Parts: sequence; structure tokens; C-alpha cells
Amino acid sequence: MLRLENLVKTYKTGDQALKSVDLEVPQGQVLALIGPSGAGKSTLIRCINRLVEPTGGKVWLGDTELSALGQGALRRARRRMGMIFQEYALVERLTVMENVLSGRLGYVGFWRSFTRRYPQKDVDEAFRLLDRVGLLHMADKRADELSGGQRQRVGICRALIQQPDLLLVDEPTASLDPKTSRQIMRLICELCAERGLAAIINIHDVALAQRFVQRVIGLRLGAIEFDGKPDALSPDVLTAIYGEEDWEATIQKADDDEEVAAQ
Amino acid sequence: MSAAHPAHRELDDMLGRRWRKPHLIARPWLRWTLGIGLAVYLVAAFLTIPVDWHRVYEGLDRGWQFVLAFTTPDFVTRFADIREGMIESIIMTVAASVVGIAISIPIGLGAARNIAPLPVYMICRGIVAVSRALQEIIVAILLVAIFGFGPLAGFFTLSFATIGFLSKLLAEDIESMDRVQAEAIRASGASWMQWINYGVQPQVMPRLIGLSMYRLDINFRESAILGLVGAGGIGATLNTAFDRYEYDTAAAILIIIIVIVMGLEYLSGLIRGRVQ
Repeated sequence: MLRLENLVKTYKTGDQALKSVDLEVPQGQVLALIGPSGAGKSTLIRCINRLVEPTGGKVWLGDTELSALGQGALRRARRRMGMIFQEYALVERLTVMENVLSGRLGYVGFWRSFTRRYPQKDVDEAFRLLDRVGLLHMADKRADELSGGQRQRVGICRALIQQPDLLLVDEPTASLDPKTSRQIMRLICELCAERGLAAIINIHDVALAQRFVQRVIGLRLGAIEFDGKPDALSPDVLTAIYGEEDWEATIQKADDDEEVAAQ
Repeated sequence: MSAAHPAHRELDDMLGRRWRKPHLIARPWLRWTLGIGLAVYLVAAFLTIPVDWHRVYEGLDRGWQFVLAFTTPDFVTRFADIREGMIESIIMTVAASVVGIAISIPIGLGAARNIAPLPVYMICRGIVAVSRALQEIIVAILLVAIFGFGPLAGFFTLSFATIGFLSKLLAEDIESMDRVQAEAIRASGASWMQWINYGVQPQVMPRLIGLSMYRLDINFRESAILGLVGAGGIGATLNTAFDRYEYDTAAAILIIIIVIVMGLEYLSGLIRGRVQ
């Protein structure tokens, strides 16, 4: 459903963030993108919805070549890609409801959005989503009154109300505590399963990635170093992605989690 | 564990050494030259100020009368003039602020490098630069020459000055906004206008309101000065009072100005507190 062909990004400073990345993500697959800081994870997902313009290569979403679209067509294509951010990226001075409804901006005209008069079905959907993530009672609170985990839930609602085919998730748990991190990852993966959404999740926490996703891509210096099932992540593979370190504990921890979850 | 760490050998050299904050200017000769140079300049500058002590002695008397007038401000004798000047000033201030702010917003958006394309940015920065380069009094003199004496010239002057002030500060606030919040709105497929309305406006609104209130305050004070060059308002009344040596009337006018400015200051503090 999503296909990257020879995707290259070279920044003006000369840093080559992505060196010819090829990747295919089928419908409904949740994929974790791991790798050290500066490996190009953020750049990769931003090149898909063109918050960062790729330098070369092609991006296909279904039959649409995203990398060739003009401004208007790009805006329409962005509606099909929900994005969830590190540090949540909610507009802090807007209410929770405005933040969720801002996911509909690609569908409504300027005047409707300016006066905040969204179609009733959008408003109903926003309430349904907020209820799904357990924040219905917070609808009229300002976004900056919420805790980190709550904000990320609102961020998830904002992405889902777009009715996307694909979720682009950039470090969703980077500033959350371990328990909330798991809850957020579980929520994202459950929602993807419910709706048959594909997702690319950038994540630092290898154990967390292993626990929740079906496929792991390891990125190192802008190139794919590993592509496989989570249980194929061995110390050798992690060394290839991150460099030399004692990996037993990291992998061990993931196994323990599995057992705890199984009980 | 870190016995082989090289820092440890250096640590022994450092222990027992005195530590001071590094100087702002590292080179001692430059530091001393600048310091002594500044002192010499200050002394020399003071010595070149010509003071006519005899004139100061005479002036003290006149100054003292002026101060005394504040104890007996005369609101009554010229009440009609004061009222007329005041109303003119307030109308001028409010109208110029509203028009100036309305024009400043699009120019401010254009002058923010992170949201405007380069040509638009250059034009808007140019407008800001021209507006800021020309001092109010100079603009007022020019506009009085064009429109004649009266508050119309003052209105245009203040509107013009507001544009330079507000556009610049608004643009700077937009440039320092949180990029990611705006990026998230863009990622949802929003149009440019929607992006401004949802991603940018909520971030800069409190500052825009605060600056607008502050500018209203400045415009009122400026309106008192613009009268001195014939651009109408309370300044004209004040100028007349001085010309007639009616210090008690002048004192009354100044007291009214001070009270209004303090009132505006209080109001803007109140509003800024509310909109955070």
C-alpha cells in the first residue's frame, strides 16, 4: 500500500539523512522503525507526507505518487496520512476538541473551520474517538491542562479523525513514563488493528517495539540495516544497527514482558 | 574502573587551584584599553558640555514655578479647551490604533521568515524598516504640511508608526513560535489560511493582544506630543497653555494625561493576565 523507491534526502548542510531507501508496507501492517539518533528515522516518515521534501526517489501511497504532487493534490493526499508526534504537538492554547477537529481541516472549508462550525458527523466522530481513548470528559479543557499521556491520546484522536489509510508515528513515547508508554503503544496498535490501518512507528525503545509490532526495520546512517520479525532481533543485529554494546538485557527484558503478558 | 581515564592525571594538577569566572573579554590588554578608554571618554565628554550657570540659576526659578503649579492645577479656566483637546486625542488614538493594528497583522505575517516566501518577506520588512526609521515627529511635520493643521495628520502619523512597531514585534513572535505545533496542523492537510488560524494564531494571540494594548498606550502619549507640531489633540492645548505661561492649566493637562496613561497601563496588565 505504501511503497518507497530509492528515497534519498540530502540536507542543505550536505548531511545525507537517507541513502536510497526501498521499503514496502502492505495494508494493515504495523511496523517499527528503530535506529540510533540521527539515523534518519524522523526524516524518513516526514519525507512520506512531505513535511520534509525528499531530494530523490519516489513515494507511492496506493496508486498516488506522493513525491510528484502539486500543492493542492498534496493537501488532499495528506488527509490519508495521520501523523502522531513526539512531544504530542498539540496546539496548546486550543481546546481538546479543537485539536481533535483540526484533523478534519483537510475536509472542511476555511469559513467552517474559522467559525468552528464542523459538520455534525465530524463532531460526533470526535466525541466517539475521545470516548474510545477515555477523554470524553476533557473535551472542553485546554490542551495544555492535560498530562503527557492524555495529550498523546488527543494526538491519536487527531490523527484518526482524518480517516487515514496510514499512520505516521514519530517517537510516540519519547517523553512518557514506562507504564504510559506501553499504554500508548498498545492503544495505537489496537486502533490500527480495529481499523485495518498500516502504521510506521519511529521508536527508541527496542523492547517496546518488539512487544507490540509485527515487523521491525533497523535504520543506520540513512540505510536499512535490518528488516524482519521482532523475534529475529539478535544481539548481532542490534550491534549492526546501534554499534557494540551488551544487548542481552534489552532482549531479555522483552522476553520477560512477553511472559508477564501471557500470564 | 576508569583508572586509565586520561582526565584523572589532569585532575591532580587542578586540585587546590583557585577558580574564577572567566573574564568577558579574554585578552587583558584589550580589556584594560577598553576600560581606561571609556573612563577617559566620559570625563572628556562631561568637560565639553557648556553649562551657563547664570542661566541655570534664572531657570531654576521658572522651573520651580512650574513644579508649584502642580499643587494648584487649574482644570476649570480652560475646561472647554481641555475637553475638546482630550476628545480629539482619544479619537485620534483609538482610530489610529485600530487602523494601525489591522494593517500590521498582514504585514507582520509577511515579515515572518518562517511563514512567508522571500519576496513577500523582503517587501514587508522594507515597510517595517521605513516606518521605524522615520520618527513620529518628522512624519507628523510632513503630514501636517500635506493635510494641514489638525487631528487628521496626527491620525495618519500614529497609524503609520503603529505599523512599524506592531508588525516587527508580531513577526518576531511568529518567528519564535513552536514549529511542531504548526507542523502538526499542516500534516492534516490544512490550507494556508487554516494553518495560520489553527497553527499560528493561537500561539501568538496573547502577545498580539498585549502589544496592541501597549501600542494604544504609546499612541495616546504620542498624541500629546504630536500637538506640539500642529497635529491636533491634547498636545495642541498643552502647547497653547505653555505659550501663555498658564502653568496651572498645563499642570492640569499633564495630570490628566498621567492618570489616563496609568489607567491604560493597569487595564493592559489586567487583559494580558487574562489572555495567557
